[in-house]
Amino acid sequence: MSSTTMTPQKIEQAGFGYHLKLWILSFLKYFSLVFITFWILLPLVTCFFTAAKDNEEWQSTSVMTLPKNLFNFSNYVEAFKLSNMGVAFRNSIIVLVAVCFLTTIIGTQLAYVLSRFAFPGNALIRTAFMMAALLPGIAMQVAVYKIMGTFHLINSLWGYIIMSMGTDVISIYIFIQYFENISISLDEAALMDGASYFTIYSRILLPLLKPAIVTCLILKGVGIYNEYYSANLYLQDKKRLGTVAISLYSFTGPQGSKYNLICAGVIITLLPALIAFLIFQKQIYNGVAAGAVKE
Amino acid sequence: MTTALADAAPTTVADIPFNTHKRDWKKGAIIVAFCIIPVALLVVFTYWPFIQMCGYSFYKMKYIGTPKWVGLKNYADIFTRPELLATLKLSLYYMVGALVQVALALYLATVLAFKVRGGSFFKGAIFFPYLINGIAVGFIFKFFYTRGYVLDTVLQWCGFSQDQLPYWLKDQAINNWSLVGSSIWRYLGSTLILFIGAIMSIDSTLYEAAEIDGANKWQQFKHIILPGIQTILVLNIILSITGSLSAFEGPYVITSGANGTGTYMVQMDKIAHTDQKVGLASAMAVVLLVIIIICTLLQKIVMGLLFRNADDGTAKAAKAARKSDKARRRALKRANKVATGKAPLFKNGKAVA
Repeated sequence: MSSTTMTPQKIEQAGFGYHLKLWILSFLKYFSLVFITFWILLPLVTCFFTAAKDNEEWQSTSVMTLPKNLFNFSNYVEAFKLSNMGVAFRNSIIVLVAVCFLTTIIGTQLAYVLSRFAFPGNALIRTAFMMAALLPGIAMQVAVYKIMGTFHLINSLWGYIIMSMGTDVISIYIFIQYFENISISLDEAALMDGASYFTIYSRILLPLLKPAIVTCLILKGVGIYNEYYSANLYLQDKKRLGTVAISLYSFTGPQGSKYNLICAGVIITLLPALIAFLIFQKQIYNGVAAGAVKE
Repeated sequence: MTTALADAAPTTVADIPFNTHKRDWKKGAIIVAFCIIPVALLVVFTYWPFIQMCGYSFYKMKYIGTPKWVGLKNYADIFTRPELLATLKLSLYYMVGALVQVALALYLATVLAFKVRGGSFFKGAIFFPYLINGIAVGFIFKFFYTRGYVLDTVLQWCGFSQDQLPYWLKDQAINNWSLVGSSIWRYLGSTLILFIGAIMSIDSTLYEAAEIDGANKWQQFKHIILPGIQTILVLNIILSITGSLSAFEGPYVITSGANGTGTYMVQMDKIAHTDQKVGLASAMAVVLLVIIIICTLLQKIVMGLLFRNADDGTAKAAKAARKSDKARRRALKRANKVATGKAPLFKNGKAVA
């Protein structure tokens, strides 16, 4: 403590009390942080421990004891094979890349037109998208299911991709906001030089939109990778079309109590999220902040 | 003369920049080309199902077979079936949980928005659960709450004996709180990030000034941070109401809605896909939607009332500006009728024929 280094004359009663109070406050601060972080990490860490235990060790030790070998990968290999995760990862990647690519294109195009041109219907389209954000997605699946049926889009990866594109609203918001912050004189200068509208969009504005695109890609990517409900509804041929979330759900059956295997499956599925988080931490924080303030 | 008119023009033009250019067919083409796919998707996957759903809600029907008109019976059912009324009570648990989450996030944000040792680690650790998929969260918490596993072991370290502890997911006195706990675990981080962002955007010289004036941390929180983030705070509290009504993934995955944990959405899903009562499920969806719209309107009203004082200055100024603008136009009209008729067509400083 700094007060101990002071000469005795300098330690006033009030000064010492002040330091003590500061010390207690900062202790409480760190104690509360550690306490909350402990409860946040506890479920994850125990999962990680359990995933490294073989059947015998799992049954004979407490859940909280460290495994003999933290890098025992046998459960991971078995979980991967058992739930058909190879196919699931392939499907998830296809859906992820396709949806991200296509929504970025149509989203930026729509935002460009809405923010740069006045035309009858502009306000109507904006309002329509705004209202759509209010409709609870899962509640509507009753009717969407019938429509998917009529278009023969059930049990097709492309059907699922098209549906996921159609329900993307937040990124259009973010794009419009971003476009409105880019000066229009830029467009006008290009127009003077004889550039077409498409050139202005693709060559001039799109590169400037990069931060917003990254934000939206992350939001969309996390959402798609984690989506279970509609994937389960529309990709019914689970062996062939299952995504990562669906393949993880297959552990609910006969393996329901083999927690060492289940935990290994859980760790496998959250690994991509963890890697993405460690690389894009800052962009992810931005994306979450931008996505939530859509109102 | 001309400059005065051009000055007046932007109030009506707002953000419509390209109207001044002549290449009309090209403009039309690009508008149609860029709008058609997103609008078509929006109609097909959002508005068309919505309209159909409203229609279904008046029928007794399954996915296959002929529907039978029952009028408002489905709506009456929602408010008379005891198991559906109970689900509305369940959302109170989630509402309380959401408030706890907001309070906890507010505390953590006020700590983590400033220099803290290991701050980015704490922030990252608390945020990461938000990125985990719902199914994995489900398994993690099934494991966490199972008798004799993680939670029980930790509580035994703290001196409880196994017999004192309840079955976290089966005991109806506690299981909804367990699920609310898992929901807080999952979403605390995203609320935290929002609040940190809001606090960071407050002018940091305010704290220095307050410190010089001898304000302590609590006073700083009360008089600088709280007013600075009240918009986002109120927004979050109101969103927690709609969020608690549509609580779904936790109970759906962890308990499958068993033992009295089936929320409104879980029951709706079961009625729609297991019982195949499409009409009733549609009516439930419409009711949920109406509640959400009411909450959104409420949010607008509350925000308007709360922040009326804050905006008073600018609102007054805008009103005064509009008034003087009108007066000026009237004066112009009287002075020169011909020029006034053309006035709105001066856009971006260019005259349009």
